[in-house]
Amino acid sequence: MSLNEEKITCLNCPAGCRITVISDGEKIISFKGNNCPKGEKFVNDEMINPKRYILTSVYVNNGTMPLVSVKSTDTIPKDKIISLMEEIKKIKINAPVKVGDIIKENIYENINLVATRSIGLKGE
Amino acid sequence: MSSNVVVIGGGAAGLAAALKASEEKCDVTLIERDSDVGGVLNQCIHNGFGLDYFKKNLTGPEFKEKLKEKVLSKSNIKIKSGAFVHSVEKDKNIVFIDRNGVNNLKCDSLVITTGAKERPFTSLGISGKRLSGIYSAGLAQKFINMMNLRPGNSALIVGSGDIGLIMARRLTLEGVKVEGVIEIMPYPGGLQRNIKLCLEDFSIPLYLSRAVKYVDGDRRVNKIITTKVDDKFNHIGGDDITFNVDTLVSSVGLVPNVKPFEFLEHSAGFSTTNKNRTSENWIFSAGNSTVVFDLVDYVAQEGEKAGYMAALQAKNDLSPAGKIKLLPGKNIGILYPSYIEKDYESKIYLRARQPMEKGVLLIPELGIEKEFEDIKPSEMIKIKVPAFDKNTDRIEVNLNELK
Repeated sequence: MSLNEEKITCLNCPAGCRITVISDGEKIISFKGNNCPKGEKFVNDEMINPKRYILTSVYVNNGTMPLVSVKSTDTIPKDKIISLMEEIKKIKINAPVKVGDIIKENIYENINLVATRSIGLKGE
Repeated sequence: MSSNVVVIGGGAAGLAAALKASEEKCDVTLIERDSDVGGVLNQCIHNGFGLDYFKKNLTGPEFKEKLKEKVLSKSNIKIKSGAFVHSVEKDKNIVFIDRNGVNNLKCDSLVITTGAKERPFTSLGISGKRLSGIYSAGLAQKFINMMNLRPGNSALIVGSGDIGLIMARRLTLEGVKVEGVIEIMPYPGGLQRNIKLCLEDFSIPLYLSRAVKYVDGDRRVNKIITTKVDDKFNHIGGDDITFNVDTLVSSVGLVPNVKPFEFLEHSAGFSTTNKNRTSENWIFSAGNSTVVFDLVDYVAQEGEKAGYMAALQAKNDLSPAGKIKLLPGKNIGILYPSYIEKDYESKIYLRARQPMEKGVLLIPELGIEKEFEDIKPSEMIKIKVPAFDKNTDRIEVNLNELK
């Protein structure tokens, strides 16, 4: 059995810890270099099923702006993101919107899409 | 009109400054040229903001909403939006223009938090026609994230700064084909995190040591010819790549906004002390109008400090101390602040001139010697220095490579 050593950048936050991961090709044997516990979950996900947040915007009717920025409440498997984006592009909501409002429930396994800013009603 | 403290620019630094000055019991007027505060945070809809300042992973708009909510809850902060500063006079009078006309505003102290603007592609001196389809990354970002406009169908990103990398991902997710990112330097300009998240995740190629040679098209861009460069950025023949795209997105750096305050000492941005004081005792500056920071968290922290110092100044509680020049020595590209007032602690920010596996930061006058690993020019090095009592007129900062 040969061991594999690789360096990966933790993507949880801009600190971007460089984590050295030793694996046997299937299982992670050990890792080091993360400065916080989130690094452990990241390494496990990244080696088996990489996950990312969806960060985009959706249409707003009658708002002071035509778009509201949104995010997924948790990370989603990377290979699902392109097809989910197609669904998200079809969403149209009505103003006003408050930061934190759920824009669409359960976009993927109980993960919601929520507004990350407020948009007022046009003309107010 | 009068106000104890006036803040010019309602981005992260300005909001934080206004808040802090208001907590110090000053009347504050915040002048913002846009219709809403928040600055560039409004269009940075990705996350990774706020981990230092709010201890939370936020998107740009969420970071702004949190600050704005606090600012709106303060009865001693007035926001003047859609207002443009014409000039600042030395008798502490600020002339600004808004829908009511020309206004005069007297103050005791002033905080300038005007941020930075994008270096335009046209400033690079690249030959070609004057075509449509050339955008700076921030403008393309505003089109896509705020205005619901699509800049084109296929794009080449010129420059690998963070906004350029982030736009590579945004354009891809919105259905614009990104053919690649080119970078004139032999290493990427943005954070490693963004190389992974924005390029590798979508198999977008990054070409290092490569520059634009010619932009071609008929009214609209349709062809960008690029060439390999050597370490002095001279074009090397024989390795040209042509990208058949209708859009060029440039991400070639930010320049601090110092207009119309050029009477203050400045190089790229305003030269300030560790108390955020400019060359005028009653004027302070913080955030990207002083130096371009990596993270909005640092910008907000500096803004808060500037607001605090401006409040002390307004109350006549800030003694004018002597300034000691902080000098960039070996391997130091960017160094902040420009001066140190030694009766107060400092947070020194710097950028290395080139990547190093290992280096040692030396500040001999202060007896500081600290090792750093994996040094990249795109990632600022920070170091805290306590107040001190040594007599010196200059402090030199050096970064020596360790092999």
